[in-house]
Amino acid sequence: MTYDAHFRVWRGDTDAGDLQDYIVEVNDGEVVLDVIHRLQATQTPDLAVRWNCKAGKCGSCSAEINGRPRLLCMTRMNNFGADETVTVTPMRAFPVVRDLVTDVSFNYTKAQQIPAFAPPVGVAPGDYRMAQVDVERSQEFRKCIECFLCQDTCHVVRDHEENKQAFAGPRFLMRISELDMHPLDSRDRKLEAQDRHGLGYCNITKCCTEVCPEGIHITDNALIPLKERVADRKYDPLVWLGSKIFRRGSSTGGARTPGA
Amino acid sequence: MTDLERHDYDVVIIGAGGSGLRAAIEAREQGRRTAIICKSLFGKAHTVMAEGGAAAAMGNANPRDSWQVHFRDTMRGGKFMNNPRMAELHAKEAPDRIWELETYGALFDRTPEGKISQRNFGGHEYPRLAHVGDRTGLELIRTMQQKIVSLQQDDFAATGDYEDNLKVFSECTVTELLKDSSGRIAGVFAYWRETGRFLVFCAPAVVLATGGIGKSFKVTTNSWEYTGDGHALALRAGSTLINMEFVQFHPTGMVWPPSVKGILVTESVRGDGGVLRNDTGSRFMFDYVPDVFRKQYAETEEEADGWYDDPDSNRRPPELLPRDEVARAINSEIKAGHGTEHGGVFLDIATRRSPEFIHKRLPSMYHQFKELADVDITKESMEIGPTCHYVMGGVEVDPDTAAAANVPGLFAAGEVSGGMHGSNRLGGNSLSDLLVFGRRAGSGAAQYLARIGTDRPAVSEDDVTAARNRAVAPFGREGGDNPYSLHQELQQSMNDLVGLIRTAPEMREALSRLQLLKDRAATLTVEGHQQFNPGWHLALDLRNMLLVSECVARAALERQESRGGHTRDDYPTMSAEWRQVNLVCSIAPAGDGIELAHQPLPKMADDLIRLFDRGELSKYLTPAEMAALPVGVQD
Ligand SMILES: Cc1cc2nc3c(=O)[nH]c(=O)nc-3n(C[C@H](O)[C@H](O)[C@H](O)COP(=O)(O)OP(=O)(O)OC[C@H]3O[C@@H](n4cnc5c(N)ncnc54)[C@H](O)[C@@H]3O)c2cc1C
Ligand code: SF4
Ligand code: SF4
Ligand code: FES
Repeated sequence: MTYDAHFRVWRGDTDAGDLQDYIVEVNDGEVVLDVIHRLQATQTPDLAVRWNCKAGKCGSCSAEINGRPRLLCMTRMNNFGADETVTVTPMRAFPVVRDLVTDVSFNYTKAQQIPAFAPPVGVAPGDYRMAQVDVERSQEFRKCIECFLCQDTCHVVRDHEENKQAFAGPRFLMRISELDMHPLDSRDRKLEAQDRHGLGYCNITKCCTEVCPEGIHITDNALIPLKERVADRKYDPLVWLGSKIFRRGSSTGGARTPGA
Repeated sequence: MTDLERHDYDVVIIGAGGSGLRAAIEAREQGRRTAIICKSLFGKAHTVMAEGGAAAAMGNANPRDSWQVHFRDTMRGGKFMNNPRMAELHAKEAPDRIWELETYGALFDRTPEGKISQRNFGGHEYPRLAHVGDRTGLELIRTMQQKIVSLQQDDFAATGDYEDNLKVFSECTVTELLKDSSGRIAGVFAYWRETGRFLVFCAPAVVLATGGIGKSFKVTTNSWEYTGDGHALALRAGSTLINMEFVQFHPTGMVWPPSVKGILVTESVRGDGGVLRNDTGSRFMFDYVPDVFRKQYAETEEEADGWYDDPDSNRRPPELLPRDEVARAINSEIKAGHGTEHGGVFLDIATRRSPEFIHKRLPSMYHQFKELADVDITKESMEIGPTCHYVMGGVEVDPDTAAAANVPGLFAAGEVSGGMHGSNRLGGNSLSDLLVFGRRAGSGAAQYLARIGTDRPAVSEDDVTAARNRAVAPFGREGGDNPYSLHQELQQSMNDLVGLIRTAPEMREALSRLQLLKDRAATLTVEGHQQFNPGWHLALDLRNMLLVSECVARAALERQESRGGHTRDDYPTMSAEWRQVNLVCSIAPAGDGIELAHQPLPKMADDLIRLFDRGELSKYLTPAEMAALPVGVQD
């Protein structure tokens, strides 16, 4: 089946922009990204959009379709009626660069601030032994394709620019949780999750989980367990004391606990 | 030039896929200030799409595995056209490179003893692919991305700046390599995709890690990034490309609906028990086992099915033949009228494995078919057909240092380099190739810097001006073609005329079409401005695609035999004489054309040749080569 669809696409740049109307052909089996590409090829060659894999694997083509954060390449056109207007806008939580392309550097900055995997001391490469059940928990989070749709959705930053400094967002809190659950990671990450990366801002609304194209249970499997472990830590007076003493001398970057 | 951004580095790495990131880690760990430049965002390079796994003879699943067996499989897969030294280094070093990833934080699937699990793949004698479900490439790239961040954190702790010694320039495209007056690499010229502003990087060492060329073909697993930039940059800088006629068509790409045509269906489906059937339901692969492989493959369905659980007393199912064989077989079935409704054949895992097994082992395939084609692969067969996937050909390099031919300071690793895979790459051998030769390239660059010491090259300002003029030229023109339509014509021509099955008249036709397209490309017109303008970006990429396509067509027309990723209808058999010949492309002294030369294939060392028996060697070597075999080769 081929028909002409009504598309409204946000066009503009850092200064100004608005929704523009297009009538464009749609064929059987197509996804929204196909239609955007057809617009580029036939009507508006300079329409800016990010994409790579066209198969939901790279997380490049994030945008909002009829107001909902989604991957353009995994949204089938048969989700919409032939007479329905399809509105495509850039992710709202990030500054626009041009058209559907946003400045997602916020996410890379946050990624840089999460202390890296701390390998176990004294275990040679090749000698790592981990049970499948133990790696599976972190593996779920490592399915993340860094589309940043969860970051775009989370109400803590979606309309609150002022929280961006203190809050790493679901993707990167999940990264802390992933490392915390890694069977061989040797760093204690619980307090820093709370104190430096803003875990406390999350009030477990699960909006992030709902938009995740990988179906990762961000809230239930990563954030809530992390909160629970943080709570355990905070109420343990000995750990509390120890961590305070350690923190005074440490810098904010990736410096690792000596000997840990 | 005032609006030009300038940077100084020791090493510039073009590409942030597996090979580029591994090279960067190495160069940085050897104390070199390193820049990584990539066309997409950090973490989105093509490597992210790899599914099945990374091949390394760790022997976790079958203790009989060893580098020698892996080497043998690689040479057989490449039909003995591989650079033997590269295949040797690859087989020897792959396990260490995989284990090293665990120290960066990678989480591979495990065996019951807690080691890295290994899966079966076409052409590999033992289960050999380290994997994470069917998203191994994602694990690889994320792990190395996070390792880069970890190195940046070390720098932050030391200097207060994350990016002091290792910086990623993402959404930045290199258009030219710059050389000094003595012909050494001096840097690169690039533009920011976001703003269209230009940059010059001064650096004595440049590593090409730009991946492949598949975007010149219509039906392909490759993304927009695969425009052969690195291949073209190397050529224009005076280096050479080898093996360009060898292009891998993956046997299993999606065929329906049209908008997803070409998207990869991982070989793991077959490794995990999936079989190919034609319209009558017959497992046709048994009819297509070629003589050279007859001894290693099962002859009955019972034997083939027995192999999954008891590989020591059964031979392998023919569905797991190397990719070139499977792709040709599928093509023949379709041509003979035994295809499916949408012009493919069936790939069936539904009747062979339980839904739980499929969900566990092939989660992203399940997801991909469900979302994109409304097919539930736990209940129905998939429809699949061949799709352009990988280029074996690439920059001619020194195996040990990854140094590119003819141009001091230039290195290449990963898909952009040639030789490692011969005429056909085995599945899983690319991811391990990226790690092994990425590391060697980073180290080769660091050693080169140590050698030149303070004698650093200087960029010529005239070259910078010329590079800039070429880049903005499409804006100044009027009335020329639109880059999108030109690109479509190129893809159609390559697909139809230089595809899976080739003939001389068709390739001549392709070359004359390429010439016309080249002429039209010279007058391409681009609308709009320099800020994030995909039309402009495509116009610049087209120059590379056309040059590289010409290499493929020229080399394919020249090679009068069929071998691996090069099948000639008019020369259907393998020729031992042609095996001795590497076809080498270089840029013609005048203009932007290609010159083709014959060069002897590097010889296999005696200890490597003794890994094969005479019976097998005689299928590949000439009588003269057989007569000259070293002592100690078994009968
Ligand atoms: C769908 C799919 C599945 C695959 N599955 C497997 C598998 O299971 N096992 C396996 O071994 N292999 C697999 N392969 C092959 C393998 O993934 C690739 O060969 C490999 O990832 C290539 O890596 P690379 O480092 O050479 O380049 P890439 O990962 O492709 O990276 C290229 C980089 O170069 C950059 N670049 C290119 N041109 C420029 C330029 N002009 N300026 C700046 N930057 C530039 C790009 O932006 C990108 O960052 C698969 C391939 C595909 C397409
Ligand atoms: S669950 Fe937490 S992180 Fe997720 S959207 Fe709600 S507040 Fe944000
Ligand atoms: S967690 Fe899910 S939604 Fe968030 S970035 Fe990763 S894949 Fe995207
Ligand atoms: S293009 Fe890769 S996720 Fe959409």
